Amino acid sequence: MAAEDVYRQEFPVKGGDFAKAGTVACRIKELLKDLGLDVKTVRRAAIAAYEAEMNVIMYAWQGRMDLAVSPQEVRITVDDQGPGIADIELAMTEGYSTATPELRELGFGAGMGLPNIKRNSDVFHVDSQTGQGTRLEIIIRTNGYKP
Amino acid sequence: MKLSDLATRLDLKVYTAGTPLERPVLGGYASDLLSDVIGHGRKDDLWVTMQIHPNIVAVAVLKELAGIVLVNGREPAPETLQQAEKEGVPVLGTRLGAFELAGRLYGLGIKGS
Repeated sequence: MAAEDVYRQEFPVKGGDFAKAGTVACRIKELLKDLGLDVKTVRRAAIAAYEAEMNVIMYAWQGRMDLAVSPQEVRITVDDQGPGIADIELAMTEGYSTATPELRELGFGAGMGLPNIKRNSDVFHVDSQTGQGTRLEIIIRTNGYKP
Repeated sequence: MKLSDLATRLDLKVYTAGTPLERPVLGGYASDLLSDVIGHGRKDDLWVTMQIHPNIVAVAVLKELAGIVLVNGREPAPETLQQAEKEGVPVLGTRLGAFELAGRLYGLGIKGS
């Protein structure tokens, strides 16, 4: 925990658990609202968290999302054990997706997950080892947070 | 316009009996791709879709959408309804297709971004 963090929580995410999909993102949104962050920051963090959570559920075997809030920023770190991303640049291209036909029928796999995270964050790093897993670091700078 | 007015004027079926329809609808978005709605939908939009699985509720909650209308007579999955009632997300339906419904909504002043 960084010195200035006022809140920190970990959330496990299970690959393939579509029944619970979105619950971590909804929880993060509620927590940030309760912490008194401004509406825009809450909205951006919720979108980034949703897309990150869905990626773990759709593609990985298991993962963990770590939320840390300081007066200056919201940090969401996602670590998963999964197939990893072979070509990160390609995966960041809007419209590109490796989702199965079954997932696409359900409206997943629009190829907008990572681009949506990028658009809604101020700092976004993707690190991936093929066959091992992926780590996302998402930072959203707050605006008007009073600790 | 309030969701209840739209439901009456367009003869929409209300699946979430326990959820109030008094929310104002400020715009609309039509898509069957969840991340597209996450990316482009706006707060207080009415979402027109043919997806019926529970994840549409999470999308509506996160984006603070005014409600969801299922087109082509598709009915929500039981878990979707359960989740929608729990989160207070109105789910409605119509026999119309997405294009026709969007047109009629537009005619009533509900526009896209």
